[in-house]
Amino acid sequence: MAMHRGKGFAAINYPIGMNLGGDPSQALVHSNPDGKFMVALSSIDLGQGMKSVTRQIAAETLGVPVEDVYVDTADSDTGPHCMGSFASRGTHRVGNAVIQAAKEARAVMLEAAAEELEVNADDLVTDGKGNIHVRGAPSRSITTAEASMAAQFKQGKTVSGRGIFLIPLSEVDPETGEMTPVSCFAHAALVVELEVDDETGEVKVIEINSAYEVGRALNPKLVEQQLIGGAWMGMSHALWETTEPYYPNRDHGPEDFNSYVMPGPGDIAPHNIAVLERPAPDGPFGGKGPGEMCANPVLPAVANAIYNAVGVRVDELPITPEKILRGIRANGGARPQIRR
Amino acid sequence: MPIEFRKEFFADERDDNLNEIGKPTQRQDMIGHVTGRSPFYDDHLFDGLLHIRCVRSPHHHARIRSIDVSQAERMPGVKRVILGKDVPHNLNTLLSLLDFGLDDEPLIAEKKVSYKGEPVAAIVADSERAARDAVAKVRVDWEVLPHVLDVEEAIKPNAPVVNETYPKNLFIYHNKYDHQKLRYGDVEAAFREADHIVEGRYQMSPIEQAPTETCGAIAAPENNNRFVCYTSTQALFFSLGTAAKLLELPSNRMHFIGGTVGGGFGGKVDSLHEPLAILGVILTGRPCKYMFDRAEEMQVGAPRGAERWYIKDGVMNDGRIIARQFTGYFDSGAYTRLSSYAIIKGVGHLPGPYTIPNVHANVYCVFTNRTPATAMRGFGITGVDFSIEAHMDKVAETVGMDPIELRILNSYRDGDMKAHRRLAKNTALVECCQVAAEKAKWRISDEARRQTSLMGGGGERAKLPAHTVTDELGRVEGFSSGSYAAKTSSQPNLAPAAASVSRPVQSQYQPEQYRPSSPASTETPRTPNPAPAPLAAPVPQPASQDNGARRPMRFSSISGLRRR
Repeated sequence: MAMHRGKGFAAINYPIGMNLGGDPSQALVHSNPDGKFMVALSSIDLGQGMKSVTRQIAAETLGVPVEDVYVDTADSDTGPHCMGSFASRGTHRVGNAVIQAAKEARAVMLEAAAEELEVNADDLVTDGKGNIHVRGAPSRSITTAEASMAAQFKQGKTVSGRGIFLIPLSEVDPETGEMTPVSCFAHAALVVELEVDDETGEVKVIEINSAYEVGRALNPKLVEQQLIGGAWMGMSHALWETTEPYYPNRDHGPEDFNSYVMPGPGDIAPHNIAVLERPAPDGPFGGKGPGEMCANPVLPAVANAIYNAVGVRVDELPITPEKILRGIRANGGARPQIRR
Repeated sequence: MPIEFRKEFFADERDDNLNEIGKPTQRQDMIGHVTGRSPFYDDHLFDGLLHIRCVRSPHHHARIRSIDVSQAERMPGVKRVILGKDVPHNLNTLLSLLDFGLDDEPLIAEKKVSYKGEPVAAIVADSERAARDAVAKVRVDWEVLPHVLDVEEAIKPNAPVVNETYPKNLFIYHNKYDHQKLRYGDVEAAFREADHIVEGRYQMSPIEQAPTETCGAIAAPENNNRFVCYTSTQALFFSLGTAAKLLELPSNRMHFIGGTVGGGFGGKVDSLHEPLAILGVILTGRPCKYMFDRAEEMQVGAPRGAERWYIKDGVMNDGRIIARQFTGYFDSGAYTRLSSYAIIKGVGHLPGPYTIPNVHANVYCVFTNRTPATAMRGFGITGVDFSIEAHMDKVAETVGMDPIELRILNSYRDGDMKAHRRLAKNTALVECCQVAAEKAKWRISDEARRQTSLMGGGGERAKLPAHTVTDELGRVEGFSSGSYAAKTSSQPNLAPAAASVSRPVQSQYQPEQYRPSSPASTETPRTPNPAPAPLAAPVPQPASQDNGARRPMRFSSISGLRRR
């Protein structure tokens, strides 16, 4: 009886922002009198960082520091319509809606500043630190707070903006499947190295090396969090999780986390990630959306690594020790493949 | 190094000098999260809060002869027992908000149950304990029916009918076919030319989203005859629209608050809790909470559905894949929820990130007697990506090629035509393969390392196939909705029975003339802009009871046959 090492590879792409239904998202932006901006959405922060990424997008577009922006979301009395946080649409759809709303609010703020500075609004730039100045003449400046104050109490302007991002419905051809399913694609490739115990059928993941292309990483920490957590979920889907362990038989369905098993801290493997950033032409600042896709390459890479280790192809998920042992037995023993 | 940002790739396509974008800014809600003070839906407590628990089917498939709630109603603390007849509009399909599919699922079953765990009554009581005790006192007279759990068994001619709205246990696409087709080129001709045929069957089992916070909602009376609803939904307006439809309430009589959710992963879209919690408020005048416990979350809450895929590839000795054929079965469980839509997304994704000149797919959304499936991270893609990538390794082994080099050889590149007939752009698969190989010290050839997504695509690879074989396999008649394709006017194009009766009873609805016709293969030249498919004949719309004063809410673009 022995432990066998194997490496497996998989590569995927992932459709970002499914737009078959023509589903839009909206955003409203307005400024308090002191130049602090509120973004009102109806999008959901599931922990992925929806509020953070839209806050950064709003701040970048407005030209103000991120501290000057607060995102308030998911109150149907104040937030405009949003389809929801699913189908990798959050960053892409909501981000674009926020850009449009923030641009409109920024234009009012710059008009107000132009009136105060007695210049043309087209000649004004923001420094991202709370100042508006004439391009090439930083001394001729006004703070974003002063401009917002002047707009609202002197000039009678509301510093606000509305945004919506809609890609119209894509029809699907019943005969050929012709369609425009999505906006852009994220990519990933991944190598899993693991060890299979040919006596127990147990698998230990040793190391994961990956490359994920996510468009522009709008917030690298949030990207890192998604990729590490997502790869863990992929490992869990490959080797542990199901609500129906003997599908399509419904018996032995787990009802709690004692019987619905997932990898614990001792099962987590080192994961070395390279992030590539090819900006999406239609994404907010080129962002795509790393969250949904990052689990996907792990499942087949694990299956391929198990074959590499012991010569058993398990084409049914999850790949339990039972299935591996049955495969080894059917083959008359472990059959390690070429070492990589 | 756990994570590195390889800025040298695609550097000329980015301006990296931005003020806020690209910075590792801390979340605005982090302090609240780490100190346990961020309010989630279950943190909103009310004086006099009532608790809702459902009576659930112990059978996979059974007719409800009668429900006796007399004993349950007399239990201490019980304020109300809710039955299907108490739901103002007790038939829905989630994607009716996108005008996709027929209403096929009651909020609370009235005539029969189609999966173990399906609710047949809801107890509203002073405490969760009292509600649980009363649930045990509801007596249901069941007539157990034969059930079917396997997707390929479910579509055999004499299989039990799981879902009366779709009597062949198959979702109907575009009013026309019992599956979604993908047709690109001629796979059969290519198989004849191929040096090797590689076939595989892949199966994945249902997976639970497993959020830390289970699904639920708390509703309460609000001033001015409104209802406030704190919810864990992933889709605020989806849940609001669904509640408005089921309860026949205008959207502005409901005030939905959410946005901070303890994990979703796709499992919090189904909008089952909000309508029932609000209905509890309507019927009792008291705040009501309806929340899955963990066992319900795992077995009654909708999982990522199982998928079964058959793949057949035609491969040349040098590793080029010249044809790929898929047959896919999505196990939707008893009702549609989102599986029909997952298939559309999945079909648009085929044949994976590779340029293959001939692709063919038939993908079926099958109803079985199990918990309905819904969305999960990787919606419509995770299962088929597992299948494709496990299959790619079999192809590599068949032709004796390194698995990474095989992917790079077949990878799609900028300017390539994809099987859904749009040009690829902004691709980066080749680079990902190269970088992953480098990090794992997996040696690949110099030739493979020299490749790039920016070159080698387009040209001949941008062209549509000279001809595409199409067919009438799985043709059905008598369906008047089931796709946003079928829109002919602003009038909602519902099936006659569903449109004319404000409270349709599921078992009364019989779709007419479902006639699968025999498959007939025809070779038809396809052009980049094929003529629009003929619209289904408009169905006569009986005047609705409220004279059209209230039209269903629609979130989708109402566009007819828009093409881009």
